[in-house]
Amino acid sequence: MSSDREQILTRVRDAVKTIESRTPYPDYPDDVAVAMNRLSGPSLWDNFAKNFAAVNGRPMTAHDELTTFLQEQEVDTGYCDPDLYEAFGKPLEALGLAIHKTYDRSDYDRYQFGITRASGAIAETGTVVLTDSETSDRLGALTPWIHIAVLKPSRLVRSIGDAIGTFGGESNIIWATGPSKTADIEGILIEGVHGPGEQICFFDESG
Amino acid sequence: MSQPVDTFAKQLKPATREAVIKSAALTTGQRVDILSRDFEDPDALRRLAGQIKQHTLENLDQYLEQTEASLTKAGAHVHFASDVASAREIILGILQEHEVKTVVKSKSMATEEIHLNPFLGQNGIESIETDLGEFIIQIDDDTPSHIVRPIIHKRREEVAESFEREGLGDYNTDPETITRRARVHLRSKYMNSGAGITGANFLSAESGRMVLVTNEGNARFSMAPNKVHIAVTGIEKIIPKDRDLSVFLNLLARSATAQQITVYTQFINGPRPADKPSGPEHMHVVLLDNGRSDVLASKCREILRCIRCGACQNVCPVYRQASGHGYRAVYGGPIGAVLSPLLAGKESFGKFADLPKASSLCGACREVCPVDIPIPDLLLRHRERAKSEGIPSPGSPPMEPFGSLATSPALWKTSMRASKALNHLPLGLMPIKPLQDWLAVRTLPKWQGGDFRAWLKKRGKEAGDVE
Repeated sequence: MSSDREQILTRVRDAVKTIESRTPYPDYPDDVAVAMNRLSGPSLWDNFAKNFAAVNGRPMTAHDELTTFLQEQEVDTGYCDPDLYEAFGKPLEALGLAIHKTYDRSDYDRYQFGITRASGAIAETGTVVLTDSETSDRLGALTPWIHIAVLKPSRLVRSIGDAIGTFGGESNIIWATGPSKTADIEGILIEGVHGPGEQICFFDESG
Repeated sequence: MSQPVDTFAKQLKPATREAVIKSAALTTGQRVDILSRDFEDPDALRRLAGQIKQHTLENLDQYLEQTEASLTKAGAHVHFASDVASAREIILGILQEHEVKTVVKSKSMATEEIHLNPFLGQNGIESIETDLGEFIIQIDDDTPSHIVRPIIHKRREEVAESFEREGLGDYNTDPETITRRARVHLRSKYMNSGAGITGANFLSAESGRMVLVTNEGNARFSMAPNKVHIAVTGIEKIIPKDRDLSVFLNLLARSATAQQITVYTQFINGPRPADKPSGPEHMHVVLLDNGRSDVLASKCREILRCIRCGACQNVCPVYRQASGHGYRAVYGGPIGAVLSPLLAGKESFGKFADLPKASSLCGACREVCPVDIPIPDLLLRHRERAKSEGIPSPGSPPMEPFGSLATSPALWKTSMRASKALNHLPLGLMPIKPLQDWLAVRTLPKWQGGDFRAWLKKRGKEAGDVE
């Protein structure tokens, strides 16, 4: 409503007009809120892996590790980004798992795991970054119990501030720091509420 | 007669009070631990965040227009809503235009403020809360009692009863089982709804990026399968630049839930790209005033810095006894005591004028506030306003006699000395109603006044003149 717009802007203008000396925008360094104690490891990946594990995420570097984990979870069907099919989907198919390269939303409960690309990761917080540019299907990264985010090593950044610096023109950015969780009932921590109950970040050195 | 908050606190079930105290105290301790572990000077960070917010508010006209322009450029539709009625009509209009019959909602205090769910229900649109706590509030027809932990006042047995009643499974008090049942139930709702409604935690003027944080992933799920996304947010959520988010995100999660960062942080400034299969095709942002511009014009504008973390509620001794429901409005605790009288509107200030008095002014709320809001000062400003507007103050003893005493030095001196007699009077037995009411909830310490002047005089003689 344009009348509401004018009304609000006028009221806000009138309200701030009376302020005698306005607070300036503070000058502060980019690193002002970096938790340095969380970055004490020998490499970015080490720091990421430690912080990601601390929020119950699963950092992985080897295909065997991923395969073993999926077998232990007794999964049979998953969604895989078509671009990652050769490297990830195909080997799993060879082990007898069903891999779908298209997400069928009428059958959303069928996918026990989803494999999509991460656009980045943050070492300081153990955060995986997902964007619309690189996520093949938002639902494929969200509805399965297990989400495997495939990360190129060059995309790992140090801090929250550094990650904000890489936003560019992305219209939908999601930071996922571990599995979905709640403490709504008596403050007791339960994982896997609406989002994935297992969040994996696969460090894909071949990519 | 006691204050309304006291009366409510007295009537609270002991188990409820215990639940609130336990959870609030636990988070208060964890918050201190994580802030001091991660930062050398957390207070400097709180002051910085407060300054960024204060700067934004004092230039809000400019930032509001910039935000609108940024969002429009990114492909979102921006709506301004001056009050509750206007916000509801805008949202209803969007939903009707897209022929939406069911919406999924991610926790939002702004939509609580405009009581959106019942309004949509009256208009034939089912609105389903998806945050676990808010979902339980909805099926119980209850209201949230905490900003971050809406069901802080409920025990698992009560939740188990509600789930059984709603046909979500047999009576089971295991939080994990309850959570799984909600997961299954709500998935079908997300996948079969027509729109997702969310709030926003921050709004960057520079990019139009709306920031949404959830631990459960319900905001992601409210958006990913849906064609329409509507975000409802107060105009005070704006911050100048994307870079400022590194300050706010770091403080918000630590203050709210003692996490380094909330599990899911989303940055959205437009609909999904055309070549992507999932995500909203339409993004609407409703910028809500609903009294905020009046607050901005008032002496209490600092309260608009609030980022809704709930730390002031957790630390507050009054909140812990009374729970959020003791504050009779959407926002409970210290933030509510400042905000509710303001949001009630000029004519209804008196309706909530008792809340600012329900505080010992201990200052704990200010110490934990991530944006350094001087809450005790604001409470005092409210008290002053109530006094000057002649608003009655139930539960407070008459203060006029004290006023006369305190403004007359001679009278003060005499009464200070005379009051020693208080120590020898059977106060608890005296049939004076205001006195007995007052003593019913307080313990009067032994009178120790009246000696200072004599002591100083004597000391001056012994030690020579005091410098």
